[in-house]
Amino acid sequence: MLDTTVANEAPDTAVTNRPLVDIRDLKMYFPLTRGVIFQRLIGYVRAVDGISFSIRRGQTMGLVGESGSGKTTIGRTIVRLYRPTAGQMLFDGRDMAKLPREELRQLRQRVQMIFQDPYASLNPRFTIGSLIAEPMFIYNVASRKEIRERTAELLRVVGLRAEYIDRYPHEFSGGQRQRIAVARALSINPEFVIADEPVSALDVSIRAQVLNLMQQLQQQFQLTYLFISHDLGVVRHVADRIAVMYLGKIVELADRDEIYAAPQHPYTRALLSAVPIPDPKVEKRRRRIILSGDLPSPIRIPSGCRFHTRCPLAQSICREIEPAFAPKEGREHYAACHFSERVAPID
Amino acid sequence: MGENLLEVQDLKTYFKVKAGRVRAVDGVSFAVKPGEKVGVVGESGCGKSVTALSIMRLLPQPAGEYAGGSVLFNDQDLLDLPEKEMRKIRGGKIGMIFQDPMTCLNPTMTIGKQIGEALRIHLKLSKDEALKRAVSLLEQVGIPAAAERVNSYPHQFSGGMRQRVMIAIALACNPKLLIADEPTTALDVTVQAQILELINGVCTEFGTAVILITHDLGVVAGVTDRVVVMYAGKIVETAPTDELFANPRHPYTLGLLASVPRLDEQRHAQLKTIEGAPPNLINPPTGCPFMPRCAFARAICRTMPPLDPIGENSNHYKACWVDVTDPKEQAYAEKRRQARNERMLAVIKESALQTSEEK
Repeated sequence: MLDTTVANEAPDTAVTNRPLVDIRDLKMYFPLTRGVIFQRLIGYVRAVDGISFSIRRGQTMGLVGESGSGKTTIGRTIVRLYRPTAGQMLFDGRDMAKLPREELRQLRQRVQMIFQDPYASLNPRFTIGSLIAEPMFIYNVASRKEIRERTAELLRVVGLRAEYIDRYPHEFSGGQRQRIAVARALSINPEFVIADEPVSALDVSIRAQVLNLMQQLQQQFQLTYLFISHDLGVVRHVADRIAVMYLGKIVELADRDEIYAAPQHPYTRALLSAVPIPDPKVEKRRRRIILSGDLPSPIRIPSGCRFHTRCPLAQSICREIEPAFAPKEGREHYAACHFSERVAPID
Repeated sequence: MGENLLEVQDLKTYFKVKAGRVRAVDGVSFAVKPGEKVGVVGESGCGKSVTALSIMRLLPQPAGEYAGGSVLFNDQDLLDLPEKEMRKIRGGKIGMIFQDPMTCLNPTMTIGKQIGEALRIHLKLSKDEALKRAVSLLEQVGIPAAAERVNSYPHQFSGGMRQRVMIAIALACNPKLLIADEPTTALDVTVQAQILELINGVCTEFGTAVILITHDLGVVAGVTDRVVVMYAGKIVETAPTDELFANPRHPYTLGLLASVPRLDEQRHAQLKTIEGAPPNLINPPTGCPFMPRCAFARAICRTMPPLDPIGENSNHYKACWVDVTDPKEQAYAEKRRQARNERMLAVIKESALQTSEEK
């Protein structure tokens, strides 16, 4: 449906032309219950509420939004940590949402995940060597000796010394731990990597190191990324195509340069203006769009356009009618807003 | 003297650990004038937070140790004050905001009570007066329906709202100085913009001086008058904010600036980075602590450079032997950077080749 356009790849068969990941109208609702014994259903948290996007092989999709917008839930649903409420999740043409257990296990080998907090995602009781090697043992890809060799090599690939193989996570800094998490994700040669805020917990200086590493690995290993982040500055650096999420829905989807040069949704514009620029001269004359209030609860989603409660452009129509997710000016640029033509360009 | 609200002189804070002494803050001097907003910038572990805790005398005991220096606040050395006097300063004359608003508020007390606590202790207000003042403070920090929200508990607030409450508490007694330690790091970018705007606005209004501690140069750019860049427990560069960003002179500052992807600039294929990690402060390298990570480094860097003004009568100081504006030095650094990148990429390429062969 919504294809990421790519110029440099020459498709030789219909199979390579198909997007590697194709998410169609995905919904993930979490039931809310009250009472201990008779758990009455009192509603749903609509964390992901009808989302479609696709990612071509070798490309990066950036998924941006505030905390609570549902971006993490999407990542976790795609690897089937949750069973989706509705929708399709095609990976290489097969629907991950419906696969039986064993087939899912096989398919998951080709999908790996990197989590936000490297302090929580690495078991402190395991050496980093065994942490990196674990996926290889699970999928039984090689002999014990070969796995150890491969682990040492992976450490070098992510910029750590191979001698560190028997050390424990606490001996490493945040940036180094995230490198270890990257090495683990790479260990079974995945095709698709979901990175959920991989640099948010890191210092800015270390962030750049990890981002560069992820990019180099993508080029050399032909990886496809879903890169989840709340920071539009970071996403611009890694993504080919960007989807902006608000309260469980994508509100804008476009090619990277397009979204920064000509944002069509007021929310995207507010997000862009919130990113601080390290230059006092620019900062002082910048007009910030400060969004009032917080994200509404995903249990009681506002009627009409879900952004209307915080939108500076909101009119009465926005309270009543949900805007269509429509292509703008005939390009591969989609935005869900009644007044997107009024959104001024970034100064 | 006298014109400075706060004067930190040659402050040294060490921690005793099994392996020796961690020199967390190692000879730091800076001053804050009344109403001035100073940013302290550096990576995790460079001593920014310990500097703040040392000023407030909140070091964990018994591990933390003042190994020298003084902290003059209104010409009074805080390090010599008896604990009873110091308690009057904390929350009264100096307010503090911490990074994580989730853990800093007491979950069993209402917001109103927590704001009122400072007012009742320091300003000896009655219960009712304190509550009234709490409501108006909440309004000032932008919490809607403040009169009802004073009776809420912290868990009923979002992260951004909790940070607003923290600011209300810190400013309750109209302090002369506000120390904000990474106030926006735990928050989303949109909320970060709100909170920075709020701190900036409220402090300008009250004439409160601010020390804003952060690892993100983008955060200090819009708010502060002056920036102090710290590395490995030492100040490596300090200048008025405009000057520092226009004309950074320490390789570390250059590295920090280059590693932030800027939205207002062309996108680069690769971000510039500072390779490696901050040094271990138990046995810090002699000489310039940044040397192992510095592309400009040369033999002379084995001796510690002093923090000297650049040119005469300058308020721009740097601790570095190298003139980073010299094109020859830049070319040398660029060559070393590239060589390092190529080495890294070669390892990745080789591994990728093997992997594709296996397939």
